[in-house]
Amino acid sequence: MALLEIKDLHASVADKPILKGINLTIKPGEVHAIMGPNGSGKSTLSNVLAGNEAYTKTAGQILFDGQDIDELAAHERACAGMFLAFQYPVEIAGISNMYFLKAAVNAVRKYQGIDQLDAMDFLDLVEEKKKIVKIRSDLLERAVNSGFSGGEKKRNEIFQMAMLEPKLGILDETDSGLDIDALRIVADGVNALRSPDRGFLVITHYQRLLDYIVPDHVHVLVNGQIVKSGGKELALELEDEGYASWVAE
Amino acid sequence: MKIEDEKSFDTLTDKEYKYGFVTDIESDSLPPGLNEDIVRAISKRKNEPEWLMEFRLKAYRHWLTLEEPKWAKVEFPPVDYQALSYYSAPKQKADMPQSLDDVDPELLATYEKLGIPLGEQEVLAGVANVAVDAVFDSVSVATTFKKNLEELGIIFGSFSDAVKDHPELVKKYLGTVVPYKDNYYATLNSAVFSDGSFCYIPKGVKCPLELSTYFRINAANTGQFERTLLVADEGAQVSYLEGCTAPQRDENQLHAAVVELIAHKDAKIKYSTVQNWYPGDKDGKGGIYNFVTKRGHCRGDNSKISWTQVETGSAITWKYPSCILKGDNSVGEFYSVAVTNNMQQADTGTKMVHIGKNTKSTIISKGISAGKAQNTYRGLVRVQETAENARNFSQCDSMLIGDRCGAHTFPYIDVNNPTAQVEHEATTTKIGEDQIFYCNQRGLDTEEAVTMIVNGFCKEVFRELPMEFAVEAQKLLGISLEGSVG
Ligand SMILES: Nc1ncnc2c1ncn2[C@@H]1O[C@H](COP(=O)(O)OP(=O)(O)OP(=O)(O)O)[C@@H](O)[C@H]1O
Ligand SMILES: [Mg+2]
Repeated sequence: MALLEIKDLHASVADKPILKGINLTIKPGEVHAIMGPNGSGKSTLSNVLAGNEAYTKTAGQILFDGQDIDELAAHERACAGMFLAFQYPVEIAGISNMYFLKAAVNAVRKYQGIDQLDAMDFLDLVEEKKKIVKIRSDLLERAVNSGFSGGEKKRNEIFQMAMLEPKLGILDETDSGLDIDALRIVADGVNALRSPDRGFLVITHYQRLLDYIVPDHVHVLVNGQIVKSGGKELALELEDEGYASWVAE
Repeated sequence: MKIEDEKSFDTLTDKEYKYGFVTDIESDSLPPGLNEDIVRAISKRKNEPEWLMEFRLKAYRHWLTLEEPKWAKVEFPPVDYQALSYYSAPKQKADMPQSLDDVDPELLATYEKLGIPLGEQEVLAGVANVAVDAVFDSVSVATTFKKNLEELGIIFGSFSDAVKDHPELVKKYLGTVVPYKDNYYATLNSAVFSDGSFCYIPKGVKCPLELSTYFRINAANTGQFERTLLVADEGAQVSYLEGCTAPQRDENQLHAAVVELIAHKDAKIKYSTVQNWYPGDKDGKGGIYNFVTKRGHCRGDNSKISWTQVETGSAITWKYPSCILKGDNSVGEFYSVAVTNNMQQADTGTKMVHIGKNTKSTIISKGISAGKAQNTYRGLVRVQETAENARNFSQCDSMLIGDRCGAHTFPYIDVNNPTAQVEHEATTTKIGEDQIFYCNQRGLDTEEAVTMIVNGFCKEVFRELPMEFAVEAQKLLGISLEGSVG
């Protein structure tokens, strides 16, 4: 069974149609990359998948793990195993990263019918996952994303993903803002999380990320539609030629 | 309706205000109405000395000349003061309970339901580190740890006991911070106050326990007018907690308390309140009118008074815990969270009056409104001519949830000494859809998300609360914001 199945998806923001018939299937274990020009609808797609109410699905169907996603509110999708690493992670003043994550981890566990983690077990889990993205301890004590640098925010997103162990990880331009070393660390982190039953949808503008996180499929999203799909070599072609041939029309 | 449905409906309303139950207990009440005879009758019931009855009568006569204040940004139908009963006491086996064994088991059960530790074994077992004075309707029903505290010379118990056992202290301090002429509600309280807590910490003693008063209104058509008087003598230190709940009733109930704090030289008083009176239902039916006068007097040099309040309940809150900074180098602090949802109205804030040299005050106010609620911060910072080098910092932040509620800020600043430094910052934010979605995306439902974000917003205030209270306050905040989004 497919992990994610998107059929003829149409969606709009503020009454403006953005997605115009997307078809995409991700099987467990696969990594799909989406590339495309600014404003083409990549973040819109990730928001629609994650259930952001500011976005309206106007037609089509999305099945996540076999379930029609319309039945699930945003937090239920998260609990069912969908994780979105935001292009622009938001700040929450006064709530420490650790406190926030503990609430999140336990909310997901509760939904899945697993025992809550107590403080000790949670700390153990943090220690284990910290290594994956080499996140600094002081960032965990600070308020969620408050005053984090752009790169620190992105790294924090991947740390949260590691903590929540989702079935599907959607990475919206996680590489933007990362320095060269950080890019490698974060990519290694994602690779460490790759497994036969976990899928990824990686949105990026740069071929370089895909050198580290090697995708099974690459899709080109232009003006709300997937105009071309291919293997990892498609990313290289795009690097050379850009989107001119599709955008020109 | 099926039985299961009824059940789930019950748990829903329970969640909305879980302290809404009524205790079935016999009480000894005075008939409704207010006149000199009633004032005398209250005083007689309590076997008060002549001077105290005179204090009450003076206040009553003055009250007759006053009108209800109209300046607050709250609206409510006129209160019929003649329809209220001014005294209600649970009937006790003995006149005054000597120990917990003498307290009516119904009453103890009530406090147990409320989660208030009246059993001393809980403290001994390390569950709680608080001495509690419980006030039920008009009278104090139980004070824990009295003996242990007495060994240190600390007097802590009901106001009535203090009048009997330490009349000289009560006489010396009563009305010296909030004079009987102070304002409409304080004057009314001075005439008819029924009981409350009294606390005296002697010179140099640092009170080892958190002292706590727990107020509960049970009887219908009764006003609660308690009086708290807390004195910290030279070098003394004390942390004092106050909690309140009331049953869910359709009619409004009046609560007009007076709290007076006195800090002598080098003394420190920390006074924390978690106010969770019944707020009324969604349409604004019922709920407590909370019209309270709280004031602290930093009488001696280097003294400090700190108010922390978390106001989640009441239909209307009218309350301005204040500090008179008379001693040189004295410090006043006010940390406040006021949450209003549905039809609740709050007009709250503080007054900091700088009289002594190098006096310092800090005001941190967080107002949260949801539903159709109105939330007003009203604060005064006054620096008198004598207050050389006075400092004030005020920060008033408002958060709006939804677009039918309101937040208002009225900072009054009155500086009469050129060396003063007064800073005021204010912000108003709407709770962000993007923040809520971010939390949703991590698995938190929208109510949890709102509670989380609002808790973060209130952080600077919550961290001033004693540990057990901080946890309680965060939970309360979640409960009072239930149903505020979506
Ligand atoms: N709230 C909104 N109101 C109006 N238009 C919006 C809103 N959100 C997004 N859009 C528009 O939708 C289109 C798609 O935006 P989207 O963020 O999905 O692009 P993207 O492919 O992620 O671009 P980028 O590569 O720059 O991140 C853009 O034209 C954008 O301006
Ligand atoms: Mg984008």
